[in-house]
Amino acid sequence: MSYVPDIHWGVMVIVLPLAGAVCCFLWPRRAVPLGLVTALGIVACVAGLGWQVVEQGAQRYAVGGWGAPLGIDLYADGLSLLMLMVAAVAGLGISVYSCGYFHRPDAKRDKAKHFWPLWMFLWAALNALFLSADIFNLYVTLELLGLAAVALVALAGGADALTGAMRYLLVSLLGSLFYLLGVALLYHGFGSVDITLLAERVEPSPVVWAAMGLMVTGLLLKTALFPLHFWLPSAHASAPAPVSALLSALVVKASFYILLRLWLEIFPFANAALAQLLGLLGAAAVLWGGFQALFQARLKMLIAYSTVAQLGYLFLAFPLANVIGWTGALYMLLSHAVAKTAMFMAAGNILYFGGHDRIVDLDRVVQRLPLTITAFALAGVSIMGLPPSGGFIAKWLLLEAAIRAAQWWWGGILILGGLLSAAWVFKVVGYAFTQSEVPHETRTVPASMEWTALVMAVVAILLGLFAPWPLALLEIGSPFGRENAG
Amino acid sequence: MSWDSALPLFVLASSLLPGLVIFFLPEERVAIRTTLNLAGAVLKLALVGVMIWGVFHGSHYETRLPLLPGLDLLLRADSLSMLFVVLSSVLWLVTTVYAVGYLEGSPNRSRFFGFFSLCVTATIGVALAGNLVTFLLFYELLTLATYPLIVHRGTDEARRAGRTYLIYTIAGGALLLIGTAWLYTLSGTLAFTARGFLSGLDESHNGVLVVIFVLLIAGLGVKAALIPLHGWLPQAMVAAAPVSALLHAVAVVKAGAFGIVRVVYDVYGLQFSASLGVTLPLAIVAAVTIIYGSMRALFQDDLKRRLAFSTVSQVAYIVLGITIVGPLAAVGGLVHLVHQGVMKITLFFCAGNLAETLGIHNVSEMNGVGRRMPWTMVAFTVAAFGMIGTPPLAGFVSKWYLGLGALDGGQGWVIFVLAGSSLLNAAYFLPILYAAWFKAPPDAWLAERSFGGRETAWALLAPPLVTAFLTLALGLLASAPFSPLQWARFITRLEYTP
Repeated sequence: MSYVPDIHWGVMVIVLPLAGAVCCFLWPRRAVPLGLVTALGIVACVAGLGWQVVEQGAQRYAVGGWGAPLGIDLYADGLSLLMLMVAAVAGLGISVYSCGYFHRPDAKRDKAKHFWPLWMFLWAALNALFLSADIFNLYVTLELLGLAAVALVALAGGADALTGAMRYLLVSLLGSLFYLLGVALLYHGFGSVDITLLAERVEPSPVVWAAMGLMVTGLLLKTALFPLHFWLPSAHASAPAPVSALLSALVVKASFYILLRLWLEIFPFANAALAQLLGLLGAAAVLWGGFQALFQARLKMLIAYSTVAQLGYLFLAFPLANVIGWTGALYMLLSHAVAKTAMFMAAGNILYFGGHDRIVDLDRVVQRLPLTITAFALAGVSIMGLPPSGGFIAKWLLLEAAIRAAQWWWGGILILGGLLSAAWVFKVVGYAFTQSEVPHETRTVPASMEWTALVMAVVAILLGLFAPWPLALLEIGSPFGRENAG
Repeated sequence: MSWDSALPLFVLASSLLPGLVIFFLPEERVAIRTTLNLAGAVLKLALVGVMIWGVFHGSHYETRLPLLPGLDLLLRADSLSMLFVVLSSVLWLVTTVYAVGYLEGSPNRSRFFGFFSLCVTATIGVALAGNLVTFLLFYELLTLATYPLIVHRGTDEARRAGRTYLIYTIAGGALLLIGTAWLYTLSGTLAFTARGFLSGLDESHNGVLVVIFVLLIAGLGVKAALIPLHGWLPQAMVAAAPVSALLHAVAVVKAGAFGIVRVVYDVYGLQFSASLGVTLPLAIVAAVTIIYGSMRALFQDDLKRRLAFSTVSQVAYIVLGITIVGPLAAVGGLVHLVHQGVMKITLFFCAGNLAETLGIHNVSEMNGVGRRMPWTMVAFTVAAFGMIGTPPLAGFVSKWYLGLGALDGGQGWVIFVLAGSSLLNAAYFLPILYAAWFKAPPDAWLAERSFGGRETAWALLAPPLVTAFLTLALGLLASAPFSPLQWARFITRLEYTP
């Protein structure tokens, strides 16, 4: 007996934000209520889908009734569901925050007018991506996602933002192009783009290696794995705060999700050397991103570099190749999404309040925004992986996986990365305790912006206490089933 | 959730919830804040009283929340945890009264008392942790909750001390994390068990277990301020007096020492540790720490710094007691966990009173202070004699059992360490007492504040008098039922009876 109506929730989570985007575009004056209602609707639909998946197992929808290999299939297992939930939680927070951010008394109206349709469109692309069951659909959604993201970066205006957006656009197109070439090779070789069919047909051959190389490179570029991260800090730091949040929390995770799907389903035979290489690049990202973050002069740049570091953690699971490792990486993805959203929101508040985000001059700002600095500190606890927080659970799982796989050095990287994060978090938080009383001009931050940041940070902490629930979801449809346990 | 499984959670919540509320209180709501603080502290004490009664009559209080598949967040009241819980909750109440008096009129008090309550919550969590991962969780929470207290004043010196503290403790926490995760992959469980849960493992793991032991002890040794990991403690004394008192007597250093007891007793098991050959090196580290801390204390003119080095030395007694393999020494070490706390908190309260009332920070400025502040100096004198180990005070009981235990365990060298340390203790405390009582006071004090006819505010004077009285009572009534000594014997019986 199910209390939830048995409708195609999976289709709803894509259609709803699309409809929201159209409505926000048509009635810009009503964009805030429309956007919020849509965001709540998406959360409800994801919950409905979650209920369905938990009750009935993994879901497959043949949109339009055609079915693979002709039609478009949507597929939802535990992994897709987790990603949709990440997007729903962070997306709801970002929507609420944007109400304050884009509708401040002194904000320019046209930015808000453009923000809402683009953001809803991006959300639709994101949800569609997490539900796609074939590699061509993944390409289409990835491209849509990239275009929406670039437009959002450019929203800030100014030379910095436009340069960042332009670079981001080129990288994004290049990454998609590489990926598309790989898709073409696979389609040519095996006559299908459906992931399940490909999983049965693909066998190691030079064509497959070439396709794999192209796709992995393209996706790494979009995920900004060291040393392909060069575009990320400027793009993420120059965007408006809610956009920075959604880029760091969600957009870079989408390409990681595709990579993970391909790796697990289509290329399970990928050799250990490549996995080790990904792990090494991840380790380099953790250390390089951490060091760079430590020496940044501006807060948003610092947070953007920390994203580079945190993305590195996700790749440490590849050489470990066990279920605990994958689970740890995904939990890292989840908690990073929430914590980083909170952190960019806090940075946005500080920037708006004092008109700058130069770290050395923060002392005059942070003392007067206690909620914001608390949000920053709590998010920082999760980012550096101290308990109790989602980051700690993720780090614990990865550490356990590293020791079980007898590759303890990845554990050492985890610890070093945590120490580096602690160093920069406390560098910033330390300013909250200075005695400086220099008055300077400030603007009042809307309470909704401060509270959203704090609520997101508290969620990041609570993820450390309620880990069994999301982890149980991940097992549905056993996305890691092909791997050997432990 | 039944009463038995909720009680440990209530004990935690009695300081956590007031703390969270206090964060959001406006600065000027002094009455509400003080009421919340005291109500929380008294409620906690009452709940702990119920808990002791229950534990003594065989009840099991256990809260279990799933943290990860196969790994629980486990809070459990066993005999060892009760020892630390009682110490923390009694001294928290006393310190709260003191802190309210001490910080009267200073800025950012809501923030201070919020973190103060979090700090105690973390300490209680450390005490009640039923497995190593829960312990780790609260141990790290303690690091985070203490940092804002150390840097509270916001001076450059305070921030420097805070930074040093973080560098030490976060690195220590990282070592503890590695050790814990590694242990978990070997044993598949982390629940504290009397006489340890590792002796059943295959012998081929012994080498790894020694490495893990070193990692764990190094991680815990940072907070317990064992040589050479003690560097943060003397710097951290820039914090306000109630913070130093809490830091040195209850919260941070004790959490480290308590963790070492847990690892040796309930993770490895004493016999198994001894068979791995790790107890003797640890005992030697503790002995060196005892002597080194006392020697350094001798040359400090800053009173709080002298007390800080004294803490380095005294906390190592606890470690020494449990690593000399023998029941009598174990009693001495465990009981010192309580006794050192009571004595050291008295000394820090007194040092705070001198600084607040007369502006005295250095030993060389203390001439004749006994005439100006007799009650404060009486408390100081009692605690100082306790530290030296004069009968019938609390410190004597600890040292007596440590000495007996050393002879009993065939480790005669420990006697020399104890005697040497006592001499050094006398050498750095007696000159203070002499100056305070027998030298002529200066014409004017450095920065005297008037409190009417009294020597200082009541809220500042009562706490050290209470704890000084406790120092006396713990020594005189050591054999009374429910005294820490009897409780320590109770714990030791569990560890040593097969």
